[in-house]
Amino acid sequence: MPSEPSTPHDVAAGLAANGYLADEGLVTAVFLALSLHRPLFLEGEAGVGKTELAKTIARWQGTELIRLQCYEGIDAAQAVYDWDYSRQLLHLRAAEASGEARGKDTAELEGQLYDERFLLKRALLRAIDHKNATPPVLLIDEIDRADDEFEAYLLEVLSDFQITVPEVGTFTATNPPIVILTSNRTRDVHDALKRRCLYHWVEHPGFEREVNIVKLRVPQASETLARQVAGAVEALRGINLYKPPGVAETIDWATALGRLGVTEINEQVVEQTLGTVLKYREDQTRVRDHGIAGVVQHAFERGLLHG
Amino acid sequence: MTFTVESDAEHLAVGFARVLRQLDIPTPLDSVLTFINALALVGIDNRDSVYWSARATLVRRPEDIAGFNKAFAVFWEHKESPYAPDEEELHITLAVDTEEEGAEGGTAEISNEPSLTLRFSGVETLRDKDFADYTDDEMRQAQHFMESLRLASALRPALRMTPTRSRGRQPDMRATVRASLAAGGEPMRRRWTTKSDRPRRIVFLLDVSGSMEPYARALLRFVHAGVAGRQRVEAFTLGTRLTRVTRELSSKDPDRALRATGDQVHDWSGGTRLGETLRQFNDEWGVRGMARGAIVVILSDGWDRGDPEVLAEQMQRLQRVSFRTVWVNPLKVTPGYAPLARGMAAALPYVDKFVEGHSLDALEQLTKVINHA
Repeated sequence: MPSEPSTPHDVAAGLAANGYLADEGLVTAVFLALSLHRPLFLEGEAGVGKTELAKTIARWQGTELIRLQCYEGIDAAQAVYDWDYSRQLLHLRAAEASGEARGKDTAELEGQLYDERFLLKRALLRAIDHKNATPPVLLIDEIDRADDEFEAYLLEVLSDFQITVPEVGTFTATNPPIVILTSNRTRDVHDALKRRCLYHWVEHPGFEREVNIVKLRVPQASETLARQVAGAVEALRGINLYKPPGVAETIDWATALGRLGVTEINEQVVEQTLGTVLKYREDQTRVRDHGIAGVVQHAFERGLLHG
Repeated sequence: MTFTVESDAEHLAVGFARVLRQLDIPTPLDSVLTFINALALVGIDNRDSVYWSARATLVRRPEDIAGFNKAFAVFWEHKESPYAPDEEELHITLAVDTEEEGAEGGTAEISNEPSLTLRFSGVETLRDKDFADYTDDEMRQAQHFMESLRLASALRPALRMTPTRSRGRQPDMRATVRASLAAGGEPMRRRWTTKSDRPRRIVFLLDVSGSMEPYARALLRFVHAGVAGRQRVEAFTLGTRLTRVTRELSSKDPDRALRATGDQVHDWSGGTRLGETLRQFNDEWGVRGMARGAIVVILSDGWDRGDPEVLAEQMQRLQRVSFRTVWVNPLKVTPGYAPLARGMAAALPYVDKFVEGHSLDALEQLTKVINHA
């Protein structure tokens, strides 16, 4: 539905229809971001579905997703624009060969070179300079990995939604993109940038919501299995792990179990598939020391509540 | 939206912002305006809508959520006061040489001797003096010396390219195209770029437990000089808990920075749980990215009341992600010292450089170690 939602409920329905079950806090934040045309800043543990949210919004709004993956040392040439040098050189050679270059001064030739058609638009510029009726979703992923200078530049872009290319001119967004920023919080992002945005700390989902997520994303898993997997993950999160499993891991696990034809989990199956949920050797050891039986028992109790 | 609702919302929003500010949650005016706009959209009838709108517009750090919840309960739901007595934090102020102290202590001595000579010869004689024997006045003199120590840290190759005069590996297309204009499109003069270097991040972890007391004050000044003097330096204190003090220490004014740090660190001169706090650092910051490829400097005497196995495991994790792990132990020079402290013994196998840190000379050495790590 490419129209603006009029209540938070519309957002919840729209996201759910596209396979994303959000809690009320996230729904409200998304609704406000869309209505107030503010960027949405999402922080939270890895694997709670921050990136997935941006993808889902794009699908729901029927628009393009423009993703900018941040990393240390990212600069304007990779995030904003660059020039297509090989084509520029070709153009110069062609002008020379056809005799067109003769009689023209360097300034004129240079003017031809730094024309929009030789401009390679990267994510930020593409998001600003789109021509569609529905604005694209601009996902600025893991902003905490970029450098301070890039953050400062981003602040400027997100305030005015315009980008200046000195040789060409200023691009201004007539219809600003929907901006989602994510951070894993490896360092604090500058306050000024956060102040431009609406903020939401994404939590691991509660038990019932996680069951529903599994049922939605892994339709081949039975109700019992979905409840048991969610229960087992809940138990794992209760143990002091380095990397408690996120929703992504829960879905992976349920998919793996479904693929193995498992209908009910037991100790042996958990032992065999632990690698889909826990990615640190220390965490696996800790769970084994803690006792897989305990995890399975918790999963069973959770599974039974239903039936 | 009727007029009354809107003005109600405005009053409520502004009032709520004031409560938040009293709880030290930064609430700038533009956030409050956004909150008012949000209330105009969701209305003020539904508790959950108001709550989540306020969270999205007014809170920007997960640490503030607990305080926010309390304020919300009081303001919107008229629940109990947020200033419950058990929440009163015990303030232990870090021993900082304040202006007043300086004036008092200084005048007495300076009346006898010319201050200039005192300061000059002071630093000279101080160089190998143990920090534990420092007076407040000497500490202040040492400050200047510490500020003169320049932390550079080893370089790592950056992603960015810089132009180079000599023939490099990567052609600089931008410059080549520009140069070829003069030759009618013939790239006669080729330009080159080379990989540039960036300094590695430095992370200081300063033990502020009771046993480190004689040294922590001086070492904090050293850490401050590092944080304030360069970009990409992070600082934490370790004690019974982990406290990030980078923000507090980034003020150029040492007195202000140290005072702010003192206000922030609540476990000053308390016990030590090195392993546990290191685990917290690894979980929340280090392994996630801050310590990756960084030079991690731990300043501690290695006394740990926790399980040495926990410390060993956490050190191993830290060493696996960091570029270099440096352990600074002020007790290392003590005659007959052997790393017998259980914690120190457990950590040593995972330390790349083990250095002393009891005097200015030792810190100068440490600076060299960091710069050439």
